[in-house]
Order: sequence, then structure tokens, then C-alpha cells
Amino acid sequence: MLLIADIDKKFEGGPRVEASLRIASGASVTVLFGASGAGKTTILRCIAGLERLTAGRVVFDGETWADTKTGVNLAPQKRPVGFLFQDYALFPHLRVNENIGYGVRRLPEAERTSRINKVAGMLQIDNLLSRRPAELSGGEQQRVALARALARGPRMLLLDEPLSALDAPTRERVRTELAQLLRKLDMPAIVVTHDWVDALTLGDDMVVISGGKVLQTGPPHVVFTQPQHTEVAAAVGVETVVAGRIQRRESGLAVLQVGAAELSAADPGGAQENFYVCIRGEDVTLETGRAGQSSARNHLRGVVADLVPAGVLTKVIVDVGFNLTALVTRQAISDLGLARGTEVYAAFKASAVHLFPQP
Amino acid sequence: MNWQAFVLTLELALATSIVLIVIALPLGYWLAFSKWRWKFLAEAVFALPLVLPPTVLGFYVLVALGPRSPVGRWYESIFGGRLVFTFEGLVAASVLYSLPFAVQPIVAAFGSVDRKFIEASWLLGVSDWRTFWRVIVPLSWAGIVTGVVLSFAHTLGEFGVVLMVGGGIPGVTQTVSIDIYDKVQSLDFSGAAVTSAVLLITSFVILSIVYGLNRKVWFFAADRRH
Repeated sequence: MLLIADIDKKFEGGPRVEASLRIASGASVTVLFGASGAGKTTILRCIAGLERLTAGRVVFDGETWADTKTGVNLAPQKRPVGFLFQDYALFPHLRVNENIGYGVRRLPEAERTSRINKVAGMLQIDNLLSRRPAELSGGEQQRVALARALARGPRMLLLDEPLSALDAPTRERVRTELAQLLRKLDMPAIVVTHDWVDALTLGDDMVVISGGKVLQTGPPHVVFTQPQHTEVAAAVGVETVVAGRIQRRESGLAVLQVGAAELSAADPGGAQENFYVCIRGEDVTLETGRAGQSSARNHLRGVVADLVPAGVLTKVIVDVGFNLTALVTRQAISDLGLARGTEVYAAFKASAVHLFPQP
Repeated sequence: MNWQAFVLTLELALATSIVLIVIALPLGYWLAFSKWRWKFLAEAVFALPLVLPPTVLGFYVLVALGPRSPVGRWYESIFGGRLVFTFEGLVAASVLYSLPFAVQPIVAAFGSVDRKFIEASWLLGVSDWRTFWRVIVPLSWAGIVTGVVLSFAHTLGEFGVVLMVGGGIPGVTQTVSIDIYDKVQSLDFSGAAVTSAVLLITSFVILSIVYGLNRKVWFFAADRRH
């Protein structure tokens, strides 16, 4: 194990974060995923040494950074991490080259300059070195902050909501750049985000956090497609979560009554009848006419109730007897002429329906 | 115009400001960042000179610095002279008297430095001490200059403490404000008017500098608006 973090942090009169994290050796990117206030940033700050653990330990590559049993608690200065703050925290009184060189000032002049130039070249900010942070765009600030963190030669990167300070069009571009950089760096990284696109794009592994606790761990696509918990389903943004009841079971399929509609899902087995039905927006296809033969078991007729923009995609909420959310491109919306009141068929496979037993 | 008193006053204000900056930076750091639960008591103590009548402060300083007090005896044993009715005694009294004027703007400036800059510095391996000089002080410079200039200006105009501790000896402890008082007592109204005008203009110029500094038109403050 590269990183063992058993974190128990209780804030005075505030929430408690209790989470265990294991990161295997190698250059993998682990995404801490959850809504704001879930405790993701606290976990990151505990690893970096910015927060003192109430109980637990942080062990990196066999070296104990913090352990409340032995009283070890290394100062942040002693932990070789590169930390990227949510809004980058570039020193406003220093130029870009001074910001990048801030942590390596003890190095001899020549070595420091070559270090600055090396990371600046890697992040393509050579032309910005004499600027002040206020003169940079959001994407440039992020690259300078990454360069500053990398200049010191950290052994692990901790990125706190690296893309949330950017406007939407910039975010798309910077996300791609960041994904490429993380592959190129060959360094373990932990990325905190509440955006499932970030998680799918950047993460090799994913840890879902809610209410200060770890709900599920696994590769992002597995977590997204097989949430093991309704809370996980809601946390990872599975768009439709509704209550349903199994009417009958036939040849491996379960037919459920959900609101006024019936739909088929893979039979979960057991005798339980009441379930939460979770359907990811990406798995729902919208058609304006009755489709011909298709492998999708479910074709529900409904009326578009609402259209909500979600980044490059749009959430289309269709009333099919319950509110079903489909995630489609803007192109598809104009091609199909979708608007409120349009009659559509929503199609999805039985395997796209995830069932969680109701307690 | 009593130039001797004027120069003496400037010397006193300068000496006081220099001593105060040395005291106020660490004290301000402690007041701004300490999490000690009884800190509010310390804050109240260091703000006392703002509200105490100068004669009360002057009385205590006089007693504290006098030859019978431990401080007075200690000073006499080391420097072989007394503190009361000397320039050095005046500086000591002025430092106490003007302390809040130096400390409070500095505490406010330190407190308004965004914590993420301090944490960013730590995470780049830089110690508390160097973080103080490389991040906190540069980002607080307007507050530090304000503190120094205000304590300078405040010392220029002090009267009660100076009279109690210094006694108004010409060339040694007679400052401009005491000179004005003496002139009025001897019915030299035109002399008092000239000296008062000089003090008024000096104070105005100094305060203009303070408010100008805090207008945030400099590049550096402009950065912080983002």
C-alpha cells in the first residue's frame, strides 16, 4: 500500500468525518467523490497535514505522517505532497516565476532557474513567467499552481476541486489537459470533485463520500453503473431514483410497477418486493416515434415535463407515469424537436435498471 | 516657533515608532493567530491606552519607571541613570501610550490575509517564520505602514503622558504640545497659533498618507481585488 489513511476528524460542534482510504502503489489517480459538505476536502487536508486527526493515522509508503496512538503528527512542510487549492491560492504579490520558485528558494540560483523552466515548459506557461497572478486567466492560474506544486518534486499530488473555479467552456478544455498531465506525470494523485464528469475523465479509482463516510469504492465506471447503495446512486448523480414494487417475475426478469408505469429489470432474486429503482440518465434513449424491434426491454410513452441544461448535455425529464430523466446532447434535442409537452418514447434496457431493496 | 521642541518631538515620534514596529509585529502575529482561550483579556489590555485618560497612564508609568520601582532600579543599575524626566523615559511612556495605534492595524491586516496563502506556503515546505516574512508581511504591508504612521502621528500630539513622565524640561522632554501649553499659559497666543498650525498640517499630511495607502490603488492591492 502506498497510502493508508484511517481518518477520524471531529470538528468542534460540527460534522464528523470518518473515512478509511487505501491507495495501492503506482501512478493511479483516485477520485474522492461526493456532494459539497460530504467531507472530501477534510480528508485531503488531513492527509496534507492541514488538519490534525482526532483519531487515526496516515501512513505514506511505510512512513508515518500522523498517528494519534503514538502522537506523531508531521507538519505540512514535512509531507512531500503537491497540493492544489480550489482557487489555486497563487501568491498575489509574486510574479509567476516567483510563485513557481517559492518552494525551492533554498536551491542554488542556477538549479532553481532550471527547475522553474522545466515545470513551466511541461505546463506550457513559459510565456507567462513575468506576469502577476491577477493578469492570468483561470486556466493559466491552474497551470501555474500545478507548476508551483510540482517544482518541489512532490511524491503525491492532492488536488482539491481542481476545475470548479473555472467557467464551463474553460473547464471542458482544462479537464482534458489535466487528464493528459496526470497520465504523463506518472505520480499518484488524489482528486476531490463533486462532478461526475471529472470522476469519469480523471479517475482510475473512485471513493464515494457522503456524510463524512465512505459509501463505495471502485473504478469509476463500475461505481457509476453499479451503485451499491441508494445514497451512492444519489451521490454519483444517477438521475432517476424512484420507489417501485415487483408485480411478477418471469424468465429472469422482474416487472415492476413504478408510479403509473410498468418496467422490466433484471430479477434481483430473493423475496423482497419493494425496491428503489435507479436509472442513469445516459442509459435512457428518447425516440419521437414508436421504435421498431430493439434490444431495449422498456419502451415507455410519456410527455416531456422539463429540460434542464447540464454542461454539454441536457437533462430531459419525461413524465412516463413517474419522472424519468434522460441525459441527451443538445443536437439530439433540436433533431427531435424536444420541448415541454412533446410526446416521446423513452427506451432503456432492463440491465440499465438498478434495484436497491427498500429498507 | 520653538524648533527645539519640534525637533525633539519628531525624534520622540521616530524613536517610538521604531520601538513599536519591533514590538507590534510579533505581538500582532500572536494576537491575530493565537488560539489561546484567554486571548480576549490580552486584547483588552493592549487596547487600554485607547480609553485610559493619559494622566492615569502617565501616573502609572511615572510610578513604574520611578527610582523606587523595580523597573526604575533595574534601569538605574544597568544604565546608571533614571528613566523619569529623561528622553528615554518619554520613549518608554510613548511606546505604551501609542501601542494600540501600531498593533490594531497590524492585527487587522494579518487577520485579513487569506489563510489559504499561509497554508499554500506551508505545503511548499516553507516554515512558519519564513511564511511570516514572505507571505504575511508583504500581504499586510498597508496595515503595517498604517500602524507605524499612526503611532508616529499619535506620539507627535501626546500631552498628558509626556507631561506626567517628562515634566516639560526644554531640550530634554519639552515636546511641541507642551510648548503650546506653556505659550498659552504665558499669553503668547501668536506663538501658540504658529506651533499649532505646524502640528495640524503635519498631522493632516500623515493621515492623508495613511488613507491614501488604504485606497488600494497600488498594483499590489489591485491584485487582491480578484
